[in-house]
Amino acid sequence: MATVFAFAEARGGELRKVALEAVTAARTLADETGGGEVHALLVGAPGIGGKAAALGAHGADVVHVCEHAGFEHANAEAGAALAAELLKRIGARAAVFPASASGRDLAPRVAAKLGVGVASDVVSVAAVGGAIHARHPSYTGKVITTLALTGTPAVIAIRPNVFTPRESARAGRVETVAPAVDPAASKVKVRETKAGSRAKLDLSEAPVIVSGGRGLKSAENFKLVEDLAAAFGNAAVGATRAVTDDGWRPHSDQIGQTGRVVSPELYVAVGISGAIQHLAGMRTSRTIVAINKDREAPIFKIADYGIVGDVFDIVPALTEAVRAARAHR
Amino acid sequence: MGATRVKIAVCIKRVPVMDVRFRIGADGKSVDETGLKYDVNDFDLWAVEAALQLKEKTGAGEVAVFSLGPDAVQEQIRKALSMGADRGVQLKAASASADPLSIARALAAELEATQWDVIFFGKVAIDTADQSVGPMVAELLGLPCVSAISALEIANGRGTAKRELEGAQEIVEFPLPVVLTVDEGLNKERLPSLKGIMAAKKKPLEVKPAQLDAGTVSVAAMELPAERAAGRIIGEGAAAVPELVRLLQTEAKVL
Ligand SMILES: Cc1cc2nc3c(=O)[nH]c(=O)nc-3n(C[C@H](O)[C@H](O)[C@H](O)COP(=O)(O)OP(=O)(O)OC[C@H]3O[C@@H](n4cnc5c(N)ncnc54)[C@H](O)[C@@H]3O)c2cc1C
Ligand SMILES: Nc1ncnc2c1ncn2[C@@H]1O[C@H](COP(=O)(O)O)[C@@H](O)[C@H]1O
Repeated sequence: MATVFAFAEARGGELRKVALEAVTAARTLADETGGGEVHALLVGAPGIGGKAAALGAHGADVVHVCEHAGFEHANAEAGAALAAELLKRIGARAAVFPASASGRDLAPRVAAKLGVGVASDVVSVAAVGGAIHARHPSYTGKVITTLALTGTPAVIAIRPNVFTPRESARAGRVETVAPAVDPAASKVKVRETKAGSRAKLDLSEAPVIVSGGRGLKSAENFKLVEDLAAAFGNAAVGATRAVTDDGWRPHSDQIGQTGRVVSPELYVAVGISGAIQHLAGMRTSRTIVAINKDREAPIFKIADYGIVGDVFDIVPALTEAVRAARAHR
Repeated sequence: MGATRVKIAVCIKRVPVMDVRFRIGADGKSVDETGLKYDVNDFDLWAVEAALQLKEKTGAGEVAVFSLGPDAVQEQIRKALSMGADRGVQLKAASASADPLSIARALAAELEATQWDVIFFGKVAIDTADQSVGPMVAELLGLPCVSAISALEIANGRGTAKRELEGAQEIVEFPLPVVLTVDEGLNKERLPSLKGIMAAKKKPLEVKPAQLDAGTVSVAAMELPAERAAGRIIGEGAAAVPELVRLLQTEAKVL
């Protein structure tokens, strides 16, 4: 019976969805390897312990809570030291981190402290013989690599939005844990965490993404994309590099080879040609819609539903229709 | 950083140019290299650029580039030299390891000997996509680390950087020496000038054996992702919108 660790990421005093995903993935792995315990680690400013219950509800047997003012912002130095010490103490077989911006920073540090490798951006995981096998997209999504991890613990960082949070009521017994090193003494200090100006739903968590390209012609016309996203109600706005290069949208909105990699349930590409570097970031979306005036645009090769025509006619009509459809549900 | 001379290391990886259809090798766990072209990993070009800008701003110093791999990586080291880096080191190995910790250990063993002010990495190598080597080297050397930076300012032995989070940004302060990994948006890399290309031929490029251990991560299999069904155009203009909405509701069930 193997103990499996999950890092429960929080920001601004709230659990992030990826925390529930990590606990869910850890629960599945523990169950597949004989039903061991899942130990979650939750760190944050004083008060964060109040969020432990949701972790129990998603399969954590034990929630180790570390509250410290020095954990108000991400603190990878102290966070990694704490996670590594806890992993040694509980003798975890595997450690699951979210492959979020913070988790990707933390997981390799923890692995290095423990002298083991790491598999990042993992989309599925299984115990195979004595090893843990983790699949992850490589070569900009054009090759899927299965990595065999033989170290203990097997450290993996899971791609957001892939492991759907699943309820699985467990005790979620809270244990208070002290920092392994003083969080206030970290050499690197996050001075400020600025919430994004418009992104309410983040690209990595949104079930629907409406993305705009150069076909929109100007920054102002992104209003069309934002209105369509608002009509869906559960959508985030993305962009191509052509658009972020021109400063119409911030770089953090860029989807593609050198931007964000997303796999929403629905991806709507508005005025996007479908360059290979853009496809690298969105080709695993479940359903793809493309609107482009050029019938030969490469985006149509991978779009489940394509409409040929002018975005300035089609998008407002689609926004109205989506609004109406949702109103009638 | 010392009064004037700044010492900067940049780790760069040789990666395939991605605009091809990859084929899986006969062993089922490698990419068939036939016909592939190679270049410096995108993020590492921005790391080189950041290093050059820092040296230029400081006035004097050294930018050294390190690449672990077979002799072919000398081509990528030369490219960095032609952009303006001062010297290169190849850590010779038949191939890189699938374990980022093995690579990190080999790089750290080499980097350890020098007091660097900044060691730059790319955020991620776009072939293996581990996003791990930089922070691992920092841990091994006991250095502070800021990963995935998209803005950077360094002055008087301290620095400030910006990191993109999901729907937020972090403003981070750090002391030198430091390990930084570079995200897109930090800069645009310069193109090597003809003069730079000529000068690069005479710059020192040292070759040393890499101390590469077996590690605890290996490739069990590689496969091509499932192909998407061929695209389908359902109509033209705003007239096609009702049909799209119907398909989203009944077929895709996302609305
Ligand atoms: C190393 C490297 C990395 C890169 N990384 C990325 C990345 O991460 N993400 C990314 O997106 N790109 C990336 N790129 C850039 C990529 O190659 C393309 O240049 C970019 O994706 C094109 O963006 P676009 O589709 O908005 O613009 P375009 O290619 O200019 O396409 C605009 C489209 O809009 C259509 N259009 C124009 N007007 C209308 C209208 N009125 N109605 C309907 N349709 C209209 C046109 O037919 C055209 O298809 C990268 C490139 C390189 C070399
Ligand atoms: N073989 C290598 N030689 C030199 N640097 C490397 C090598 N592999 C990775 N790196 C560096 O580590 C970064 C992250 O790589 P990875 O963790 O593999 O995604 C790269 O952008 C490079 O800066």
